[in-house]
Amino acid sequence: MSDTTPQTRTPEREAAIRVRGLKNQFGPQVVHENLDLDVWKGEVLGIVGGSGTGKSVLLRTIVGLNKPAAGSINVLGVDVLNAPESERVTVERNWGVAFQDGALFSSLTVLQNVMAPMREHLKLSDSLMRALGQLKISLVGLPGLACGKYPSELSGGMRKRAALARALALDPQIVFLDEPTAGLDPIGAAAYDDLIGDLQSALGLTVFMVTHDLDSLYAVCNRVAVLAERRVLVEGPIDQMTDVDHPWVQEYFTGPRARAAQKKTHNR
Amino acid sequence: MGSAPLTIDTEGDTLRIRITGSLTTAALEPVASALDTLTPNTTTILIDLAGVGEFDTGGAWVIGEFRLRMLDQGRNVQLEGASDAQAALLDTVGAHLPMEPAQGVEPRSLSALLERMGKRTVGAWHDSLSILSFFGLTLQRLARALIMPWRLRSAALVTHMEETGLKAVPIVALMGFLIGVVLAFQGATQLKQFGAEVFVVELISISILRELGILLTAIIVAGRSGSAFAASIGSMKVQEEIDAMQTLGLDPVDVLVVPRTLALLMVLPILGFIASMSGLIGGALMSWIDLGVSPGMFMTRLKENTDVWHLLVGVIKAPFFAMTIGVIACWQAMQVRGSSESVGQRTTAAVVQSIFAVIALDALFSIFFSEIGV
Repeated sequence: MSDTTPQTRTPEREAAIRVRGLKNQFGPQVVHENLDLDVWKGEVLGIVGGSGTGKSVLLRTIVGLNKPAAGSINVLGVDVLNAPESERVTVERNWGVAFQDGALFSSLTVLQNVMAPMREHLKLSDSLMRALGQLKISLVGLPGLACGKYPSELSGGMRKRAALARALALDPQIVFLDEPTAGLDPIGAAAYDDLIGDLQSALGLTVFMVTHDLDSLYAVCNRVAVLAERRVLVEGPIDQMTDVDHPWVQEYFTGPRARAAQKKTHNR
Repeated sequence: MGSAPLTIDTEGDTLRIRITGSLTTAALEPVASALDTLTPNTTTILIDLAGVGEFDTGGAWVIGEFRLRMLDQGRNVQLEGASDAQAALLDTVGAHLPMEPAQGVEPRSLSALLERMGKRTVGAWHDSLSILSFFGLTLQRLARALIMPWRLRSAALVTHMEETGLKAVPIVALMGFLIGVVLAFQGATQLKQFGAEVFVVELISISILRELGILLTAIIVAGRSGSAFAASIGSMKVQEEIDAMQTLGLDPVDVLVVPRTLALLMVLPILGFIASMSGLIGGALMSWIDLGVSPGMFMTRLKENTDVWHLLVGVIKAPFFAMTIGVIACWQAMQVRGSSESVGQRTTAAVVQSIFAVIALDALFSIFFSEIGV
């Protein structure tokens, strides 16, 4: 799949997600204040930041699981905070979310999990949905054997893949990934990175990825946004991060692990 | 999103299929069924995608499947007019075709039904053996706890006695009272026809002391505490707390099962007694109101005609019921596997099975006591 559409790698400057002046507050604790962020169509954006800087909160806020105190969020041209229900549903059909531990429905098999959003939103025959569900499961690299299994019977890595298959069920334009490689072994994590890269270029996805994995950042992300001091401190290609004059950013991107990850990508 | 109409025309030995509009998952059905039913008789098939607007994996799958089917029939398939992105998507999806059949999805045939039935039967047999061995294990640990009381976790025991015993007193007392009232009321209407109103005392005392007081208490406790045991131990199992316990050298049966079962063993006779007493009070009250049997007269007849054995028969059964409920609930909890879904199923099973077991046991007791003549 190396010959596929290289133009999606260079982002066109059209925003898939535009966040302006976002403020999130839990009691007295302000998590985000005056946060601005743009995610361009067709890019992979990695969100990094120390623990407690609100990476997951940002993701949850954009997908509507958390109501912000102030600010506006625009996804695919729709103001999701104030849009009428019907417009919101359209936007929701155009994004897929893969949660950290999968969040698969435990009472359904993997195939049923992938078919669940199709059943809800599409008018398709059962056999067609079944076939498309199997295709999605195959696309994320799971064997056919996994279709009839329940989430509790899968390993952590397989659960993450199954969650991605469910997120892709409706062929969304945007995919949100929360710590996609956390808890995977290095080989599994690298395979998952490749998978995201392949799917992104083949399907022309916009990917919003919260991650701590420096290897992932170097391997698949077009751009990186660093959350610190309650806002997006810097954003840009990862190569430029080492030039940023901020202690946390410096430590994060010039530490030994970062150097190792960088070396690995240069060797590829 | 508009649907994607097909135009099909034959040019010599070539069948040309022109698809226009959007070919996405949402609009797939008409195209999929049209291509499915298409049986061309030309050797070459040309699929023209130039007019296709939106295109996604669903569209790519339909084209890919059709192409594969035609190739299998030895026909020549050509694609044209696809944009670079569409071609790339077709390649990506095509690489996953044909899909290996989904395994583990249970077929719905007669043989599958029989197979499931067989599996369940064998499963039920294994379950019976397993529950029996768990019962033995619990008995052994209980006995050890009684011989070596310092091994007993007294704090846990007291907590569970409060949870299963003290907190159940109001509901059990109310239930007993109401049963007494109902019995007196129903009995009175029947007995009045014979002018034998005064026998209502025996009706109430014997039925409540021997059977209803303890049986209904056991059923309430099975519902209240059986479900609580199953759910709490089951959740611990899901969170791997039980595994953690074992690695720390703690025995889950000692830590979790013994205190709960022992607490039930101690409080169920007391709860049964409370239920019986409130049943008598309710019955006496109703007899007084409805039949004019004064409380004094009720007491006198109770003393004269109701042997103390009736009360003992009830109380003797209590520990057996307690053991049944405790063992079934804890065993079910230990069978929880993996997901939170399983906790729910096992909790339901714990309640249903322990209530059933209590009623079955009560029937056995009633035969036993009538055989030995008490």
